[in-house]
Amino acid sequence: MHLEEFAEGSSFLHGLDPRVKFVTFVPYVFTIALMHATNGPLTGLLISTLMIIFAGIGFRKLFSRLVIINTFVFVLWVFLPFSSPGQPVFSIFSLTATREGILYALSITLKANAIFLATIAILGTSGVTSLAHALVHLKIPDKLVHLFFFFYRYISVLHEEYRSLKNAMAIRSFRPGTNIHTYRTYGYLVGMLVVRSYERSQRIYKAMLCRGSNGKFHIMSHFRLKKGDLLFGLSMFVITFMIWFIDRYSLS
Amino acid sequence: MMNQGETVIDIKNLGFSYPYGKKVFEGLNFSLKRGEMVGLTGANGAGKTTLFHLIMGLLKPDAGEIEIFGKARREEKDFMEVRRRVGLVFQDSDDQLFCPTVEEDIAFGPLNLGKSQEEAETIVRETCERLGLEGFERKVTHRLSGGEKRLVALATVAAMNPECFLLDEPVAGLDEATTDRFLRYLKEYGETYVIITHDHEFLKNAVDKVYMLKDSKIISL
Repeated sequence: MHLEEFAEGSSFLHGLDPRVKFVTFVPYVFTIALMHATNGPLTGLLISTLMIIFAGIGFRKLFSRLVIINTFVFVLWVFLPFSSPGQPVFSIFSLTATREGILYALSITLKANAIFLATIAILGTSGVTSLAHALVHLKIPDKLVHLFFFFYRYISVLHEEYRSLKNAMAIRSFRPGTNIHTYRTYGYLVGMLVVRSYERSQRIYKAMLCRGSNGKFHIMSHFRLKKGDLLFGLSMFVITFMIWFIDRYSLS
Repeated sequence: MMNQGETVIDIKNLGFSYPYGKKVFEGLNFSLKRGEMVGLTGANGAGKTTLFHLIMGLLKPDAGEIEIFGKARREEKDFMEVRRRVGLVFQDSDDQLFCPTVEEDIAFGPLNLGKSQEEAETIVRETCERLGLEGFERKVTHRLSGGEKRLVALATVAAMNPECFLLDEPVAGLDEATTDRFLRYLKEYGETYVIITHDHEFLKNAVDKVYMLKDSKIISL
């Protein structure tokens, strides 16, 4: 299972200090998420797209992920235009779509895509290992860093177990269909995975105890800020402020 | 420092059942002296791993005495010292290696023992050298191959410089070259150890004595 597909590369964004990434990413994303109109999110989407291009990430790899995000967004388009009060635009049967509702749905669509692309371009271009390190350096509680890192560390182990269980089913000619046998088998599969993960977590905990663990997340490598990091940090703050300004003072 | 021949592990009349009812031990006796190199075999489910976990205090016995380094061990805090001085290498390396990089995993134990960052770095370097793992320091643990994982798992325990090793199926599934590296390390740096294995070829080279665990009894072979 490949979880760090975007982390391989040598662009400017790949080489940035992950601490700077977090420090700029959080305000950028929150600013976009908390906007009301559509101008700000649109600017954000453009900037995020620029960053994606800058990071040299191919569109093909992104596409399947964009589809998933926008499937959820599509559901909003079904409900939002018809459930917000405001100026009517058109109606289907007895349902009336309003201008406000459409703008609202549009705003959410732009925001979701802008944030998603920014996440890939900024955080996705660093390995999970260095992100975990950066979180420790930023004084995020050890428990949260452990949680974040263990999730990543063991999801591939879990996936491996899932695959071996699936293979075990396949070699005995299991073919999924729409019947009780299939549902029951999948039930067993999921149940088995839950039990195995629980037992593995117990073993990992024991292994940690055996080495005198006290809940601290020890790190060995340290980051050093470069000129490029500061430049990126500064420009991101300016951009974030700019987007906020556009959203706050231009037409709504 | 303790003398040669002094008893490291002394277990008397041990009783243990799993909470779901399976009875594993009843009246088990086992002792290990400093300098002994022992192999432990036995049928699957005989309780070999369980015995290791009882020694480390990861499981608590229902009855009997566990004496380690001449002191009775009953509560969690008694076992803290045991875990510092006895090193358990787990069967599945994925359970043992949970840090992002190899060097961090190896440094984890020493840092928990209160070593400084610099001391830990020295220990990491030395341990890697001894196991032929130079250049592995910055590698990401879960991307290692099975054999490399096993060697790094041994390194993480060896870094704590234990007086006694407990090795749970250390060479199962390893190729000859890796098994050899494992063996050479044990021969050179392991003074006292117990190895669970079904690999008789490996046992012949690695240990002086072989015990078999069967129906709560430890029989010398």
